[in-house]
Amino acid sequence: MSEPTIPPGSRAFEPLGESPPLDPHRHEPLALDGLTLLVGTKKGVFFLQGDGEREAFVLNGPAFLGHIVQHAIVDPRDRRTLLIALRTGHLGPTVFRSTDFGRSWQEASKPPAFAKPKDDRKSNVVEIVFWLTPGHVDEPGVWYAGTSPEGLFRSEDGGDTWQPVAGWNDHPNWVRWTGDMKERNPDGSPIHSILIDPRDRRHMYFGTGSAGVFESNDQGESWHLLNTGMLSPTGPDPHPEYGYDPHCMTLHPMAPDLLYQQNHCGIYRMRRPEARWVRIGDNMPREIGDIGFPIALHPRDPDTAWVFPMDGTDVWPRTCPGGKPAVYRTRDGGETWARLDRGFPARAWYTVLRQSMAVDSERSIGVYFGTTNGEVWGSTDEGEEWRCLAAHLPHVYSVEVANFAR
Amino acid sequence: MKVGIPSVLQSYTGGARTVDADGATVAALLLDLDARFPGIRFRMVNEANVLRPHMRVFVNRESTADLGRTLTPDDEVMILHALSGG
Repeated sequence: MSEPTIPPGSRAFEPLGESPPLDPHRHEPLALDGLTLLVGTKKGVFFLQGDGEREAFVLNGPAFLGHIVQHAIVDPRDRRTLLIALRTGHLGPTVFRSTDFGRSWQEASKPPAFAKPKDDRKSNVVEIVFWLTPGHVDEPGVWYAGTSPEGLFRSEDGGDTWQPVAGWNDHPNWVRWTGDMKERNPDGSPIHSILIDPRDRRHMYFGTGSAGVFESNDQGESWHLLNTGMLSPTGPDPHPEYGYDPHCMTLHPMAPDLLYQQNHCGIYRMRRPEARWVRIGDNMPREIGDIGFPIALHPRDPDTAWVFPMDGTDVWPRTCPGGKPAVYRTRDGGETWARLDRGFPARAWYTVLRQSMAVDSERSIGVYFGTTNGEVWGSTDEGEEWRCLAAHLPHVYSVEVANFAR
Repeated sequence: MKVGIPSVLQSYTGGARTVDADGATVAALLLDLDARFPGIRFRMVNEANVLRPHMRVFVNRESTADLGRTLTPDDEVMILHALSGG
């Protein structure tokens, strides 16, 4: 077998080893600026800093070497605060914060942890802090975290202390909805895709791989299911009340009544106030299917979205269909899809996970994704042409775009 | 008493492999450690007050998962982690 190669056009790649590993408890002179990709991996977090033209991306890091970084994200409200969700193979889950562009890091003094049950139920234990979402623009300092098992937590002090959202964590249907702890996904069963309606901080959504999509109209005090129209991956009933696996869900920032979802079983769209998912993935080519993890939206065009399909046949290899990497893009809300594979290798067998695709907000939108074999790919022309921005990294769990304002 | 700190937790102790801490039980000792090195306990003990998988506490070279085990000032305590994973 030949060694994988970085295709032409990948001139931006800086070899690893240029910068030393960053100790989370020491103040290292990392100072992030401008457009930067935050790349969470199985072995730490890396920073791909773009130049002003996005022609070159320089790799910095890793910070938190050896830590399993599920999510690293900047606060868009101040464009300088970073939160990172991590654990190691041995140590418990926690959150680290930087308020100075990554120069220094502080651990949350009270990381997400379940409250002790008020009855004789066994205590739940957070195994993974999986997802971080900045709160509403009118609530600076507010953050939400989703964990595995399915816990929802809120911080009101910029991620230093985290409180359980009792309306979800203590919901009387929690056990019924989240299922038997013994049958959990070995990689965890997290809350993800925590979405805040930009018009109304009390209006929220999130997804779980055990039950489906939930909505709250009272800032998390109560929750109801929003699953109608989806196909269930398991069980004799294809449309049960709950038991769905929305891999990734997002709402459009300029049209927040529009939700998109890449599900374990299809690509869906919902236009509120309707409460029914429509399977727009049926319009994908049959030989590709509409299985995958991530979905990313054009920040200014509600009808444009990108997905990265994976093989969901027989034993679910979860690799690129046919071993041929390709992004698919819709320009019309999912009515039609176009294959975008210019720049990708002819064969590759990786997966792109749900947090590993992101877009910037430049004039010509940049689209980026990280792979399970440690590559980061980018396009600065909305997906027409792709180039490898970094390779030989650990397994990528998340990619987020930060636009630091110094 | 002296407490041995494994490499995975030495970022909390400023790199120290052995630190001083006090407590009449393992639980109290870990609380005292956390007061001296904030955050260290939650990485070892979960919110149900159970030692996390792969973490081990040895008292006088005997492994214990009982956080209520009593300690005396002469005891030697070592915290270790299993060499598992990839």
